[in-house]
Amino acid sequence: MSTLDILLQQLANGLILGSFYSLVALGYTMVYGIIMLLNFAHGDIYMVGAFLGLAILTTIGSVLGFGWGGILAAMCCSMIITGLLGVLIQRVAYVPMLSAPRLSILITALAVSMVLYNGAMAITDGEYRAFTVDLGFEGIEMGAVFITYTQVALVLATAVLMVTLYLFVHRTMWGKAMRAIAIDKDACRLMGINVNAVIALTFFVGSALAAAAGVMAGVYYGSIHFFMGFVIGLKAFTSAVIGGIGSIPGAMLGGLVLGLLEAFGTQIPFIGSEWKDVFAFAILILLLVFRPTGILGKTEIERM
Amino acid sequence: MGGNHQDAAVAELSTGGLRNRIYDIVEVRRNRYAIYAALTVGVMLLPAFANNYVMEVFSNAFFYVTLCLGLNIVVGYAGLLDLGYAAFFAVGAYTTGILTSHFHVNFWLTIPFAVGFSIVAGVIIGGPTLRLRSDYLAIVTLGFGEIVRIAARNLKITGGASGLIGIERPVLLGLELSRIQHYYFVFFVLAVVAILISHRLQHSRLGRAWQYVREDEDAAEAMGINRVAVKLYAYIIGAIFGGVAGCFFAAKMTAISPETFQFNQSVLILLGVVLGGMGKIPGVIVGGLVLVLFPEFFRQFEQFRLLVFAVVMLVIMLYRPQGIWPESRQ
Amino acid sequence: MALLEVKDINLSFGGLRVIKNLSFEVDSGRIVSLIGPNGAGKTSVFNCLTGFYRPQEGEIFFDGESMLRRKPHKITQRGMARTFQNLRLFKNMTVLENVMSGMHCRTSAGPIGAVLRLPHERREEAEILRVSEECLDFVGIIDKKDRAAANLPYGDQRRVEWARALATQPKLMLLDEPAAGLNYDEKERLIGLIRRIRDERGVTVLLIEHDMGLVMKVSERITVIDYGEKIAEGTADEVKNDPRVIEAYLGKEEDEAA
Repeated sequence: MSTLDILLQQLANGLILGSFYSLVALGYTMVYGIIMLLNFAHGDIYMVGAFLGLAILTTIGSVLGFGWGGILAAMCCSMIITGLLGVLIQRVAYVPMLSAPRLSILITALAVSMVLYNGAMAITDGEYRAFTVDLGFEGIEMGAVFITYTQVALVLATAVLMVTLYLFVHRTMWGKAMRAIAIDKDACRLMGINVNAVIALTFFVGSALAAAAGVMAGVYYGSIHFFMGFVIGLKAFTSAVIGGIGSIPGAMLGGLVLGLLEAFGTQIPFIGSEWKDVFAFAILILLLVFRPTGILGKTEIERM
Repeated sequence: MGGNHQDAAVAELSTGGLRNRIYDIVEVRRNRYAIYAALTVGVMLLPAFANNYVMEVFSNAFFYVTLCLGLNIVVGYAGLLDLGYAAFFAVGAYTTGILTSHFHVNFWLTIPFAVGFSIVAGVIIGGPTLRLRSDYLAIVTLGFGEIVRIAARNLKITGGASGLIGIERPVLLGLELSRIQHYYFVFFVLAVVAILISHRLQHSRLGRAWQYVREDEDAAEAMGINRVAVKLYAYIIGAIFGGVAGCFFAAKMTAISPETFQFNQSVLILLGVVLGGMGKIPGVIVGGLVLVLFPEFFRQFEQFRLLVFAVVMLVIMLYRPQGIWPESRQ
Repeated sequence: MALLEVKDINLSFGGLRVIKNLSFEVDSGRIVSLIGPNGAGKTSVFNCLTGFYRPQEGEIFFDGESMLRRKPHKITQRGMARTFQNLRLFKNMTVLENVMSGMHCRTSAGPIGAVLRLPHERREEAEILRVSEECLDFVGIIDKKDRAAANLPYGDQRRVEWARALATQPKLMLLDEPAAGLNYDEKERLIGLIRRIRDERGVTVLLIEHDMGLVMKVSERITVIDYGEKIAEGTADEVKNDPRVIEAYLGKEEDEAA
């Protein structure tokens, strides 16, 4: 393959990876923006979304088939259910912890994450589960570069979701409320905004997006595993930090950047594919130390 | 009437009264020493009655107590959420492993090396990151834990994915430490040393500084306390505990693999600290013991072991965040 | 040369100018007050002095050294201590432990000394105890030293905060609204305490305060700021009758009444 071919191929790979990272990163960044909490369990929500999607697909597959129709239906159902799960977790685990010291809520989030992935491990006996879909392998051929229609569809789906989210945040009352609360929660309370409802909505939307990513990952990779949320959680967080934590466009941008970096990074001889996870973590650590505000973030000012 | 009075007195005695009686006994120093002596005697005598399997379980228990005490310094005293503690444990184990199996260095000499490497690791990881918010610190330490594990899995010198074998046994005063009875005592001594060091640190200037920083970082800073330095001390001391424990672990197992140092391991150690009560030495000891002994008593849950632990951790955080060990009487 | 020299400091947050070209001095051994209407920027000035905020322009000299780029704990080590407007005691610790925090920067025993109970460490611990108890005695609550700080009445908590700052053995004490929430008797005692801090311990005092009566009684020199700018400076009498000061305070009242 010529260099241009490699470039194009990795560009395609990077876009797909970036889509997953962006969708999950959005959940992290929205929750962080609104209640300043790093939701450790978010990566596992992605995993739950994938498993729910698989369960629904297997159930309705006989009716709607295992093609795009079935997948779409499964994805939408999974998004709703997982979104509700996100709200449930927030109500049960995080709300009681809001007045506790910071360490406590972090550990609680960690505990939730562990319950989710260990629960999934117990249910699946630790095995991979095949995400069988009926999509074929046709695609576009451009010289030595081959991009499947599936890949194109997934990237398009991500774009649709992101545009929808953008419109929601900027054009609806709920979205405006979300942004307002991120700026000054107490002022919002005084203005009569139902802060708790909006926070719950934020969790719902973030979790739903993660579920969408989970289903798409299942479709793309063909199998899902109880621990898949762990690595993507870290990488999505990295993406959120790259773009600037708390910034929605930042999360979208950051995911893309990380996806592309990783895809091109696999071509660097030393890094290869074993070290690509380390590569992502290293970026995270360097960012947090040298530029924690990321590309689009704002500097935090500590007030006494 | 008289009967009611008596009933009330009995009720008082059996609930609040009993608790107060226990506090009364334990608060007298001589009584506490007597309890410690009795426990030590019990530990010494156990090998005479127990089979190798029980010895193995208790060695493991003492080992986890040591690790939990180490992490307690980071999480319980200084209030830093470290999710990659297994990395230090790995550093110690691999240092001893590589030095003894490849270079045939005497085991006891590997310990200073392990301590040195743990300190270096602590400085490299902690130095730039302890200034960050606690959320970020948690993720970064998690990332480092993963980096260490992946490095161990991919480098040749650490034996790659299949790990290191042929780690040599230590020789103490002419006796080769090869039987489980030996390691039972070794880890018991290690745990006792960890307890003593933790206790001394807790009641020292540094221990107080940790508490000040944990309670209110900015107020502590205003009082002239260098919060980054204080946190770094905690992180490095915790690293040393982990590293030294790792050395002895390697000697006992004679073979180690990267899978021992996974994220689950770090979380398990954290669970031991949280379960017993962060910052309370007796609580952390109990936490470490429960971590190992509990699965032994509930073998039927083996498959769900981690899930049970996860649920327990969640329940503790929601309903009894101070851990199961009671607070001292105010 | 003054103990504290503040020269032309400017502090902005985003687009908001909080302190504008502020300059003033505090001579050693004096009791000086910084006053101004609500929101004038007084606590921000303290935060700049103690290193929690970094002014974009200007200079701060303490005891001849520039403090501008120093970290807060270093500034305290150099001899500038502060109390907080909204008390920031270590709630879950005893009164004595709270005050002992002040001595941290005057001692140096580390983990090795602690673990091995070296003589150096033991000597330091005894000294920390001695100084802390002495400070508690000085402010008058030595009898409550083993109580949990959170369990004390408000007035006593304030005294713990002062004792804690005194334990750092400062040259300059910054008191941020020390009289807030105190009743009449406690305020009288505070005046006495401030004077004793200067007379018996040789510590210079700079205070922010809203209670005009207290300020007029205790200050040797007053600097008045409004909207981040200095509008008057001088003795109590000079400032009391300064038309700009009256305007600033009265003007604010009119705004609030409207």
